[in-house]
Amino acid sequence: MRAADLPALSIAELRTLLHQREVSPREVLEALRSRIAEVEPAIEAYLSLDFDDAFKQAERADVNLPLGGVPIAIKDMISVAGQPCTCASKILQNYRALYDATVVRKLRAAGAIPFGKTNMDEFAIGASTENSGVKLTRNPWDISRVPGGSSGGSAAAVAADAAFGALGTDTGGSVRQPAALSGVVGLKPSYGRVSRFGLVAFASSLDQAGPLTKTVRDSALMMNAIAGPDAQDSTCLNDAVPDYAAGLERDLRGIRLGLPKEYMIEGIDSQVRAAVEKAVAHFASLGAEIIDVSLPHTEYAIASYYLIASAEASANLARFDGVRYGHRAENPLNLFDHYSRTREEGFGSEVKRRIILGTYVLSSGYYEAYYARAQKVRTLIRQDFAEAFGRVDALISPTSPVPAFPLGERSSDPLQMYLADVFTNAANLAGICGISLPCGFAQTENGRDLPIGLQLLGKALDEARILQIAHAYEQSTDWHTRRPPLDKDNDQPA
Amino acid sequence: MAEPVQIDVAHVARLARLNLTEEETRLFQAQLGRVLEYAEKLRELDTSQVEAAAHAVPIFNIFREDEPQAGFTVEEALSNAPRQANGLFVVTKVVK
Repeated sequence: MRAADLPALSIAELRTLLHQREVSPREVLEALRSRIAEVEPAIEAYLSLDFDDAFKQAERADVNLPLGGVPIAIKDMISVAGQPCTCASKILQNYRALYDATVVRKLRAAGAIPFGKTNMDEFAIGASTENSGVKLTRNPWDISRVPGGSSGGSAAAVAADAAFGALGTDTGGSVRQPAALSGVVGLKPSYGRVSRFGLVAFASSLDQAGPLTKTVRDSALMMNAIAGPDAQDSTCLNDAVPDYAAGLERDLRGIRLGLPKEYMIEGIDSQVRAAVEKAVAHFASLGAEIIDVSLPHTEYAIASYYLIASAEASANLARFDGVRYGHRAENPLNLFDHYSRTREEGFGSEVKRRIILGTYVLSSGYYEAYYARAQKVRTLIRQDFAEAFGRVDALISPTSPVPAFPLGERSSDPLQMYLADVFTNAANLAGICGISLPCGFAQTENGRDLPIGLQLLGKALDEARILQIAHAYEQSTDWHTRRPPLDKDNDQPA
Repeated sequence: MAEPVQIDVAHVARLARLNLTEEETRLFQAQLGRVLEYAEKLRELDTSQVEAAAHAVPIFNIFREDEPQAGFTVEEALSNAPRQANGLFVVTKVVK
């Protein structure tokens, strides 16, 4: 195989070559570095790269391990010892992590090589990566459009063959939605399935780390490495971890798929709707039973989500006070001025907006009306899912109501941007798992193809099942084999 | 139709220890007013008999063995400090 062809491989294909000693970890890194140099000027997915360190890891790599010698990109919100961890925020621009997050430690234990940190919305707050305090990342399918967010750098890197796989984080859709908009596979594990030790916290009752990959099998392989209990995270579940790759080949006979009627709402792009309807028919042809279900509180999920997520973010972001790490304002008049100007100078606009919203809904006199009520509605949303999963094995919906939107189109209207998460954030409120995988393309007026994502939601700790269902779909379609036209006519911003 | 929500952004910004420019204050006032107006939607539901869910999964403190472990050295702990001296974080004066 030519070195230039290596970056297009899936993790599963790459590990076979590594295992058979047909390529070395060093050769893989060299090929990946060349690919990144080639596409990065157009997409700008990475915030930092450390190939010197990666080559040292490659010298010691044990290719017999499950991910031995496989380079994995890491969202810049997840700590990698010795590397920057900026969360795409000015307030952390000179910060370096002192230790590995548990997910990174586990990836290394499985043989993987962290080599670079990916761009994101600042502190994962956003749905387009436009809130990055550092730079814009562009969608490899059309560089005039967003890659989705907040894990947009991870999604764009995988889509452009500038990463074999990547870690992202998903608080309200931040793995699944960019996966959908960039045409890759993104899995949000159930709450408590994957350790959060070493992740910078956004909304602690919602956050989960998850893989972005080219295929469903690769998602299972990464889950095998990162899932499971962690003595350093008291919210991480002790339940045994199955082999997620082992059951992928099972067929869909007897599988019941629920179609939530509330998810086929007005405002879904007609091409997205058509692609998802076609996918549903395809599932039926594979032997799955399609059942209409209702999630009656769906229309309240976004309001509940934004109140809870903003409240928790305002509390978590209070740690950025310019004392022990991060930016500090010069010559403060007093401590109040030290805090207020440090945070003014360090945080971007959307982060400030959420801090204000979160502080307001937690403040005396408003707590009951907003935060407490949102948590009660969260209970109702959780009950909706519990009832649905009594009748079906998984739920099926679009991941995003629209394909990738143009850069700048929604950034001036926060409410419009919040609605981008309409199908994804209920899963975080309910703590269940979800996966997005490619299910077609929408054509733009100027003839570009934009990926469409299909979402499968499973009950808590049922990752193996949604991976199996996703795999059956993927292997009987060819959407995942298409590649963005980065080498041809996509090199000029529109 | 929900009442327009008036949020005193300047007051909340002081609570949050976050300076805002006058322009940001005005902008957030309008934008967050709309977001809170949207959130009024939650009032349509009768939640008087519903328990609040603080977490997605009802799990409570999972404990590990209380065994001593290595921590950061002083140098490591101070390596990201904006200001330090004599092995300590230098903080802004808090007493007169």
